[in-house]
Amino acid sequence: MDINRLTSAITRHRVAAVIVVLMMFPWLMPYEALAINILIFGLYAVGFNLLFGYTGMLSFGHAAFLGTGSYLCGIAIVSFGWPWWAAIVAGVVASAAIGLVIGFLAIRTRGIYFSMVTLALGQIVYYAFYKAERWTGGENGLRGVRVETIDLLGLKLDFVDPLTKYYVILAFVAAALWFVSRVLASPFGAVIVAIRENERRTAACGYDVARAKLLVFVLSAALCGLAGALRALHLSIVPIDSLHYLQSGQAVMMCLLGGMGTFFGPFVGAAVFLYLEDVTTTVTTHWMAAVGVIFMVFVLFFPRGVWGSILHWLRRHADKARVAA
Amino acid sequence: MGDITPSLLLLQLMTGIALGAVYALLALGLSLIFGMLTVVNFAHGAFFMVGAFLGVYFLGLTGSFWFSLVLTPLAVGAIGLVAERFLVRPLYGRGIDYPLLLTFGLSYVMIEAMRVAFGIEGVATSTPAELRGAVNLGFGYFPLYRLFLIGATAVVVLGLWLFIEKTRYGLIIRAGSRDPEIVRVLGIDIARVWLLVFGIGTAIAGLSGALAAPTRAVNPEMGISVLAESFVVTVVGGMGSLPGAVIAGLLVGIVFSMTSLFAPDLAELSIFVLMAVVLLIKPQGFFGKAGLMS
Repeated sequence: MDINRLTSAITRHRVAAVIVVLMMFPWLMPYEALAINILIFGLYAVGFNLLFGYTGMLSFGHAAFLGTGSYLCGIAIVSFGWPWWAAIVAGVVASAAIGLVIGFLAIRTRGIYFSMVTLALGQIVYYAFYKAERWTGGENGLRGVRVETIDLLGLKLDFVDPLTKYYVILAFVAAALWFVSRVLASPFGAVIVAIRENERRTAACGYDVARAKLLVFVLSAALCGLAGALRALHLSIVPIDSLHYLQSGQAVMMCLLGGMGTFFGPFVGAAVFLYLEDVTTTVTTHWMAAVGVIFMVFVLFFPRGVWGSILHWLRRHADKARVAA
Repeated sequence: MGDITPSLLLLQLMTGIALGAVYALLALGLSLIFGMLTVVNFAHGAFFMVGAFLGVYFLGLTGSFWFSLVLTPLAVGAIGLVAERFLVRPLYGRGIDYPLLLTFGLSYVMIEAMRVAFGIEGVATSTPAELRGAVNLGFGYFPLYRLFLIGATAVVVLGLWLFIEKTRYGLIIRAGSRDPEIVRVLGIDIARVWLLVFGIGTAIAGLSGALAAPTRAVNPEMGISVLAESFVVTVVGGMGSLPGAVIAGLLVGIVFSMTSLFAPDLAELSIFVLMAVVLLIKPQGFFGKAGLMS
């Protein structure tokens, strides 16, 4: 079999490929709720990957966008009785807006300072939602984000049924993936990768680096906000932990475990992370220690991540085959 | 809220300085490590947290607060040495994000280790007997322990300053942070200097944990907010600058404590707003080298 042709075919139809895999996913997982979680966190990691993997900006404050998406979607439903689709829009728009503010401040710094500043600015969002108890439920989280049926132009879907829920959420994830794929394939996508490789040179080539960085930051925030909004609908509650620093760290971990800067990597990372969590927590309560060790092993020995390593191996293999021929 | 009198303001200022003293120590360790190794230690809050636990543990073991103040930094510094030697060192030269990611993973392990060792609820603390009570400062009574915090910080800062500015080793550290290549060419094993600096930085984090333990709740998650706060201090003061760490630490402490007097709900937010303002006006911080950050 010609591996080269296969990989290039998958790369060309990457959105279709990932959607086909995700369509089969509920049957591969022990239960549907885990599959839904992987779908949502996969999207969260995809949004994060756009910034970290492709643009090389390591944010430690992305929980702010996941959480804002969740809370605004939840508040729209609980306090204002908006329909579910309008609530999702509210979550995404609010996340993008917060992303614009945080991004505007954070891109004034570079490299590790950027990580520190995004972490600190993420804490502002955490405290702000924590204190706004009247709207957010404070420490207890926001409860009662109940959506039981999804009305799709007269077609009523039972959102309580896990499988239906999975495919409704998948529709949104698929649209988001298509969007990300388009962005990456566009000239703008080339500019952000150029920024990762050499920021100064990109600026010297005449590209407005600051504007590109801000735009990719906002896009990343909006995608994570969509993941958050979908999560609010899935869980029917919004836990305050959604905004926590450890939640930001989870995006980093999933992205690195899967393979940063690869299209499928974030989903692989989310699947590995959540599946391991699911398995480990049945044996021990010390899941955090396990994930910490696994993460350190990946940083030290497999920085390409699971998917990135597979890709690397396939490419090397194909190169060797070509040289032999 | 009662009337705000000048003496109340002064007392609140002192409280802020005591709080800022802990921030200053934290940022000092962080900046020391960064200035030398260009590594941002994301486990710094975890080292602080372990210091708080060990401080309480050694206090119970030896019965002496002073012993615990000696043993804790030694023990935490030892953890730091092991971490640098076996985990951080392999990553030098492999991109600036990797040590950061690694120390982030390390913080998870440290948090869980303390949960295993001391339970998830944390441990109860009390002010050591010899430092209880309050002293009259002329404008009101101020807790003796907080006064001690300020004094202890001053001693550490002075000691560190003397070490770095006046000793042979300090000279090597200063030279190494400026140009590690030249120092290596001069026949100095720079890897050992880095090891030592990482050890000192984490030991200071451990000490600040032990010092802060009697004034706050000691639990495995306490390091998380501390990490964010020490980042604020470092960004405000300027990364890698030791005077910046001290001054910004005190400033952040004072801002926090003054806000909690006038608007308690906004206290946590105030220091982050301070950071945002500094970023807008002077992205490299008060004492940071221009261009280092942006």
